[in-house]
Amino acid sequence: MGSAPAISARNLDLVFQTRDGPVHALSDISLDIHRGEFVSFIGPSGCGKTTFLRVVADLEQPTGGSVTVNGVSPAEARRARAYGYVFQAAGLYPWRSIAGNVRLPLEIMGYSRAEQAERVARVLELVELTGFEKKFPWQLSGGMQQRASIARALAFDADILLMDEPFGALDEIVRDRLNEELLRLWEKTGKTIGFVTHSIPEAVYLSTRIVVMSPRPGRVTDVIDSPLPRERPLEIRDSPEFLKVAHRVREGLRAGHSYD
Amino acid sequence: MRGSLVQVLTVLAAIVGLWYLAVAPMNIRVALDLAERSGAQVVPATAAERQARPAWQLMLANPGLIAQAYRLDRPRLPTPDQVGRELWKTTGRMALRGRAWSKRSLIYHGWVTLRSTFWGFLLGTAAGILIAVAIVYSRVADMSLMPWAIISQTVPIVALAPMIIVVSAQLGIQGRALPKAIISAYLCYFPVLVGMVKGLRSPAPSQLDLLRTYDATGLQSFFKLRVPASIPYLFTSLKVGIAAALVGTIVGELPTGAISGLGARILIGDQFGTPLAIWAALAAAAILAGGLVTVLDIAQRLTLRRMGMA
Repeated sequence: MGSAPAISARNLDLVFQTRDGPVHALSDISLDIHRGEFVSFIGPSGCGKTTFLRVVADLEQPTGGSVTVNGVSPAEARRARAYGYVFQAAGLYPWRSIAGNVRLPLEIMGYSRAEQAERVARVLELVELTGFEKKFPWQLSGGMQQRASIARALAFDADILLMDEPFGALDEIVRDRLNEELLRLWEKTGKTIGFVTHSIPEAVYLSTRIVVMSPRPGRVTDVIDSPLPRERPLEIRDSPEFLKVAHRVREGLRAGHSYD
Repeated sequence: MRGSLVQVLTVLAAIVGLWYLAVAPMNIRVALDLAERSGAQVVPATAAERQARPAWQLMLANPGLIAQAYRLDRPRLPTPDQVGRELWKTTGRMALRGRAWSKRSLIYHGWVTLRSTFWGFLLGTAAGILIAVAIVYSRVADMSLMPWAIISQTVPIVALAPMIIVVSAQLGIQGRALPKAIISAYLCYFPVLVGMVKGLRSPAPSQLDLLRTYDATGLQSFFKLRVPASIPYLFTSLKVGIAAALVGTIVGELPTGAISGLGARILIGDQFGTPLAIWAALAAAAILAGGLVTVLDIAQRLTLRRMGMA
């Protein structure tokens, strides 16, 4: 971990000007995410967790402070296709087959046809969707659609994966399964993952580090290094270590809510 | 599909039924005038007296003569079967006799109208799509073009059509084809414009954000996202547009001077007092419109199925 951080934020500030006056979405956020880390951002709505991810992705512009991605500005990193982004809604194109959807970024980035086919096959296997290439999104369950959207983000060579509540709309059973798969995928690919969630068990189960945030203004209230081993069967959620971390996250969330 | 066919036929039967019912009151005065002239007993006896009575009283007073209202040569309102016979006489029967392209054949006039409709539709669709693209991509175009597009549709086309024809004649344009296409396009472009603006704007913000994370170019996001997303909207607008294009063409054929096309037939039928010719031309126009919309509907189904969206 001696190398430069994958994502580095210093005194990051973002104020949205809205009709109801300024909204302080991010306030003085300083944070480093190192290569290969799995960092979760947890907090109630309005705490700025999604906004932070969007700033990293160059989808929002900060009003103060600085942020670098792979040592360069978010805009340069975006142009270099340094990250894959997974939104809460799978957002697959209904007029494209599953393979066609995964191929979309590859077409845009100008990969050769042979390379496109090879990569599509590889990432679909990675998310266990082999055999569904020709299906259209409406023929797949919500969980499978979200897996396809993860495959789409993995199809090109970005070493950072930014995920904005990717499993937020799925039921708990599907979510457990996808959490397990995501860990396996992270293990296999060695990507750096920034993951936004509002589920405590999800954050604790997945992350090497948990960033607890609170709203008005959006700020970091606690950063927890997970003592859990990298190998994590689902049963680990009943272990004392897991419950201890979960407890600390809950405490952090409560502290941020002291006003109500 | 079968269910909708039953519904369509039910509505059609209801319309035809109402039509037959309306024929008697509409034609009773003319029928009684003719009967009086041929020496039949009519109550009241003179046209002047009858003028003061409502149609239903005349029907009650002369029940034996109501049937005459369904057999007039120049009825105010012909019956559906009279219109059907006239239509057959000027289309199928003429075609069977090898005279489909005669100046008296509705096949010939329908073809003239269809051709202009086609060019107007093409012109109007192209204009509608181009303006929609400009509006979606440029805020200035959105604020400056959209109000004019709406105002353009508030000007009655019957007022505008003669002007377009006169101006194009002034400019030395031969024939009616171009001015007719322009009038037709004028009605057709608007539904296409509105539908395409909506369709091109239909992708969710997250869809556009996703393309931004790929650093996609404007052209790429246009052709890979906005255009395919707008296809269902496009077809819906095209169906409205082609019907509007047909109306536009017929209106373009109405002003004096036109001698061919369904619009000209309607005008000539009016001038020569041959209501059956007017009604036959109207029926031909309706059939034409139905056919055109059906063709687009089939194209829509096939396209959307191919795209996996139906």
